[in-house]
Amino acid sequence: MENLLERLQKGDILVGDGAMGTILIERGLRPGEAPESLNLTRPEVAEEVSRLYLEAGAQIVQTNTFGGSPLKLSFYSLEDRTEEINRNAVLAARSAVDDRAYISASCGPSGRLLKPYGDTEPDDLYRSFRRQMRVLIDAGVDMVCVETMTDLTEATLAVKAAKDVSSSIPVAATMTFEATPRGFYTVMGVSVAEAAEGLECAGADIIGSNCGNGIENMIRIARELKEQTESLLMIQSNAGIPQFLGNRPVYPETPEFMAERAKELVSIGVSIIGGCCGTTPAHIREIRQAVDSVRQKSDN
Amino acid sequence: MMDILADISQHLAQGDHERVSQLTKKALEQHTSPEEILNKALIEGMNVVGTRYRNHEIFLPDVLLAAKAMYAGMDVLRPLFLKGGIPTSGKVVLGTVQGDLHDIGKNLVGIMLKGAGFEVIDLGSNVAPEKFIGVAKQEDAGVIGMSALLTTTMPVMGRVVELLKREGLTHRIKTIIGGAPVSEKFAAEIGADAYGYDSAHAIECIKELMNEV
Repeated sequence: MENLLERLQKGDILVGDGAMGTILIERGLRPGEAPESLNLTRPEVAEEVSRLYLEAGAQIVQTNTFGGSPLKLSFYSLEDRTEEINRNAVLAARSAVDDRAYISASCGPSGRLLKPYGDTEPDDLYRSFRRQMRVLIDAGVDMVCVETMTDLTEATLAVKAAKDVSSSIPVAATMTFEATPRGFYTVMGVSVAEAAEGLECAGADIIGSNCGNGIENMIRIARELKEQTESLLMIQSNAGIPQFLGNRPVYPETPEFMAERAKELVSIGVSIIGGCCGTTPAHIREIRQAVDSVRQKSDN
Repeated sequence: MMDILADISQHLAQGDHERVSQLTKKALEQHTSPEEILNKALIEGMNVVGTRYRNHEIFLPDVLLAAKAMYAGMDVLRPLFLKGGIPTSGKVVLGTVQGDLHDIGKNLVGIMLKGAGFEVIDLGSNVAPEKFIGVAKQEDAGVIGMSALLTTTMPVMGRVVELLKREGLTHRIKTIIGGAPVSEKFAAEIGADAYGYDSAHAIECIKELMNEV
């Protein structure tokens, strides 16, 4: 396959996939179980998720490794199985998409707080990420995506860990911002400008935002990022904050709603557009069509 | 005398736990009563921190550092309260509901509650309904606080309220819920006594609930 970064640098726009967890739960992930444990017991479930998103039009699919760093896995006493869990996830994604889509290794927060406000040493965090990255990159992913980060130091440690394992692996890093009266900040107090600068310095090739609170906020965040940086941008929005119909969560943003606004992300210059919590293969299908339609217009 | 209390409060808000510890000792040497230090320096300091956090002037790391400073001050005072323990505004059992490991919001409420003088029994994450109720009964707590960030785990909150009703305990154990996907409407639907939309609001609600038990 064509090198991912070269393709994006030429101005191509790629569509990512949507939520993983919801489908895992539908397929029997029990409350209190690590989503990544399915990579040990039923790797075919993650494979199915990747296949569903590929069929919907995703050009990049993410591995089921969001909580696959040993520090995070230790919450479930699964840290000794880090290698198996991460390797199986890449193999599952690969057998679903072969070379019809890029595989992005998902890497989420450790669930620990760094010193001085928490009790975790930066070096322990770095080693935890590095151990996960080593497996993911050796197993042949096309890129790494450090995501849902709120602490800039933690995010930069993960980016560095990936680049130290392989200086040539494309690394994306996306943080989760909240709208406050003072502007967008992560819960740890990182502004969009600080995130852009810090992630770039750490060596990220692609920077951006994921999760959050709906795609309209993401459009504002993407504009701020564009003002701050020349880097390639990535946005994976959730489908808004869920509301409840009885006991059933309903995410407010429909595939059509998100697809319409994805066009605006294209016009801002975002290179990778995908979904997060609450987005489904139906969302990705609509987003792909919307992105293709504006892409064709600009080609003419 | 007020000066040293204001000084403690200020250093607490800056998250300087060493200085808070030193100044608390100094205040005791100057014969300030432990109660006065607790209420007018430590609790007052956390109050300021809570307001600043609510106004988005400071962020989570600042709150965590301030809490560390508050605990440093309380550690100095604790031996002096030995007989009855540190006086409290009431007991609260806190936890993130079963199947949910997102506990930053819940931890924040715990910090603010301690800062407001409550005794907090934190059950951590992934707490079963029976455990919330068992501990609340055993500890004679007035309020159970439940947090969830995942939509899939929210029904657990309803089960806690149901169990309390079944055991006829709703008059002496009140419930409050919170978390990103939780709403006032959801609280009403499951029959929880209150919904805290942020940590500061949760503390206000809990103060009111304590008056009802």
